[in-house]
This record gives sequence, C-alpha cells and structure tokens, in this order.
Amino acid sequence: MLSSAPTKLISDDGRRADGRRLDQLREIKMEVSTLKNADGSACVAYGKTRVMVAVYGPRELHPKHLALPDRAILRCRYHMAPFSVEVRKSPAPSRREIELSKVIREALEPAVFTELYPRTSIDVFIEVLQADGSTRCASITAASLALADAGVAMRDLVAAVAVGKVEGKLVLDVMDVEDKYGEADLPVAMMPSKKAVTLIQMDGQLTFEEFKEAFNLAVKGCNQIYDFQKEALRRHFAPKIEELEGGMSSG
Amino acid sequence: MAERVIPSVKRKQLLELAARGKRIDGRGLLDMRPVQIETGVIEKAEGSAVVRLGSTMVMVGVKYEIGKPFEDTPNEGVLSVNAEFVPLASPTFEPGPPDENAIELARVVDRGLRESKCLDLEKMCLIPGEKVWIAWIDIYVLDHDGNLIDASALAAISALLASKIPEAKVENGEIVLTGNYVVPPIRDRPVAVTIGKLGDQLIVDPCFEEEEVLDCRLTASFTEGGLLCAMQKGLPGAFTADEVIKAIEIAKVKSEELRKLLPPLVTQHG
Repeated sequence: MLSSAPTKLISDDGRRADGRRLDQLREIKMEVSTLKNADGSACVAYGKTRVMVAVYGPRELHPKHLALPDRAILRCRYHMAPFSVEVRKSPAPSRREIELSKVIREALEPAVFTELYPRTSIDVFIEVLQADGSTRCASITAASLALADAGVAMRDLVAAVAVGKVEGKLVLDVMDVEDKYGEADLPVAMMPSKKAVTLIQMDGQLTFEEFKEAFNLAVKGCNQIYDFQKEALRRHFAPKIEELEGGMSSG
Repeated sequence: MAERVIPSVKRKQLLELAARGKRIDGRGLLDMRPVQIETGVIEKAEGSAVVRLGSTMVMVGVKYEIGKPFEDTPNEGVLSVNAEFVPLASPTFEPGPPDENAIELARVVDRGLRESKCLDLEKMCLIPGEKVWIAWIDIYVLDHDGNLIDASALAAISALLASKIPEAKVENGEIVLTGNYVVPPIRDRPVAVTIGKLGDQLIVDPCFEEEEVLDCRLTASFTEGGLLCAMQKGLPGAFTADEVIKAIEIAKVKSEELRKLLPPLVTQHG
C-alpha cells in the first residue's frame, strides 16, 4: 500500500504529524535479553520503528582464515523484513542494506574492546521488523544493548538518533513521512559518556549553520536515548544482581 | 601476522609525522595531492572523465539509455551510480561482484549527486510513467592510492558535465531520436571532500598508506551554493564533536578549490 504525500508536516502551533514537539522523541521502548538462543539480544522501538537484534559471540570464527591474531572481528548484518515497509521488500540484501551493515558495524566497533577476544568473531544480527524512519539509529541503539547483554566488554553504549529538516524546521527522531517529504536527514550515533561520534551520515540540504544546530540537537537526542538504554539494562540486571548478592549474604 | 604488524609500526610513524604537521609524501596536513581532470576520454560513452589524485586514478563513463521510471517517481528520469573495483587497480581487489566498499563508494557518490539535485530529473522524462532517460554513471577504479571517494565524485560530476544526451522527441506517443546530441539538464556542480582523522590530527586527501592506519574519515559534499548535501563517516573509529565541525569547515574550503578545476556549467539552449 502506498500512501500519498501529506499536505502539512508541521502545524502552525509547531506540532508534527504525530503530535510531537520539534525536539521530542517518539515513544521509546527498550528491552534486553529477549531471545533465548542468542548470547545477547535486545528489542528497541522508536514509535512504530521496531528492531530486534541478536549477538552471537565472542565465538570461534568460520572461515578460520579470517581470524585476527590480536582482536575479534565484529560482523554485522542489517536486514529488513519483507513486511516491514509499505511495498514488500525482497528479502535478498539490497545495496542499501550492505552499506548500512558497514556503517553500523563501524559505529559499534569503537565501543567494543575487540582486543580482549583475539581470533574470535562477534556477530551482530539486526532485523528491522517495522520501518517508520530512523531504522539505522534504532538498530545501533539496540545492537549496543545486545552487545552489553552478551557481556561483551565495552567502552560505552552507543546511542543513535536522526535529526531532520522538515518545512524549514529541525526535528528530532525523524519518522518515515518526515524523511520522505522533508529537506534533510542527519543520523548521528555517539558514545555519550566518551563524547565520541561514531556515525554521521546526511542527505538533503543544510547550510553550515543549520548543520551545527542539527548536530547539537542530535547530541541532545543521543543523551536521552542513552538514559533509556541504561534504564533498560538496569531493569533487567538489577534484580539478578540483588538475587546474587542476597544469595551470597545468606550463604 | 605481518599484515597486522606493519600497519601498527607505520601508524606510529605517521602519527609522529602528523604531530609535527608533516606527512609521509611531504605534504602538509591540509594539502591535496596534484589533481588532474581529463574529460572526453571514451568516445563510445556519452560522457567520460579520468581523474588523477596523485597516483590514484578513477575513470567514469556516463551512458544515457531510455527505460522505465521508478513507480514512485513516474515523471522523473533515473540516476544510477555503480562502482567497480577492477582487479588491475590494487593487489587487494579481487574479481567478483561489488563488495561493501565498492557499494559504499557508489552510494556516497550517488548521494552527493542526487541530493545536490545537479541533474534535473524531471527534464529527463519523455512519456510520464512509461519512458524516461536513465543516466548510468559507472565508476571504474583503475589505480588505488587512497581517497577513492573524492576522486570518484570528481570524475562523476566531470563526466556528467562533459556529457551530451541524445535529442529525443515524442511524436504520436512514440519516441523519435533526432540523431543530434544536446546538453543534459545539469544545474549544479557538487564536490565531495574526505577528511581523515589520524590520532588527533585531521588530514585532507589521505593516500593509501595513510588510509590503512586512519582512525576514521568523514566525507562531506557541497553544492555550488555552499550547502552541505551529503555526509558519510567511515572506518571503525570515532570523532569528537569539535572534530566533526572542524572537518566540515575544512572540507567546505577544499570543495571550493576543487570546483575551480571542474568543466564549466553549460546552460541548456531552448
């Protein structure tokens, strides 16, 4: 099903098509350890955008000749489910998915202590179940949670969010209609505690001044996403830690 | 093991040089290698160019073909950018379908061209929903000494600017080629500039040896009017926020220098 272009994406009182303020995230949901088989997993939703990530590893690498003697190799597959978009997407990997798999891997790698796991692979499998804009950002956010859930040693979590320009205004956490009919899209990923930027892409048109403003908004958004990530990890692991500590003190 | 040890030794050397504002080939941190642009090198292509950045050499051929438009843009022509890392260009290139590096390169060049709106795709529509011009832009990397993105983007826009498109008329719902060639509907000259991060230094136009040890890179494309129209961070390292801003500032200045070397924008007659 194809929907037609909306007439107005930002109302006169500064509300977006889904009622959000310009600098407001969608409803964010995060959960870790959602899959039984994976070493680590996470589910993340940015509004209707829903992503599931599984991490396998560090594990023995096949084929073996790809192994590195001084660190793990990080492998990453970003893939969209055929039913995740309005017009069915062929399940074969597209050029877009191959590029995104690469930039997502490069956004995660600065956070991972790969040198602690020589000769192994850490495999990150990302499935976009429903796409409503900012899927690469939700994927990075979810992947770093899944890596943490797998117990992979990390310098920081990686949080990502996209800023768009829509009808001349900068908006946080771009949804699909804003991406399609807006003037620019700027996805950014960061290690918030390290203040390190691990992904930037942009399409559309921005002046340098607009870019700086958009980038600052993205940094602010990443910090908010980071709070949700920490909360999701705490929610899952705090009871287990309490249980452990309780067990130790009673025993 | 050797291929892991050599870069770490080299990285140390290049970092020490960079800290003193120097580079392995004698350039300053913000110097480009000599740039050479030659157009019209392939007679069979409707447009072509060879760009040399030092010893990096990239050829781009443009072919125009009549085909079907995309369903969601029935009134627009099609722009398609592909890249081939042919095995003659580097001992690291293997024959086979494009790998993730070739796909990323093609998509970054594509984004710079597309988002600058340099080709007026609406003017490339012949019969809405049925027949449009497809501009095939094929990037051929011939010699790899680093910074393939900037060389490819320069070659792509140069080849487009130097191209001629067959003149087509629609008569009674049929397309008739007049046999003449005309100027294609080009209205901008986007330029991409890649900044590499080496330790805490930013460098312009990294060569192959530098690329092997870079932390990461940031490519920014600019329109003739100075608007940012595409960006891509690559390689598994991170930038600070200040470095991002500084890199874009440097890229903007360099893009203006490079644009002076491009063929002129010829306005369409009629």
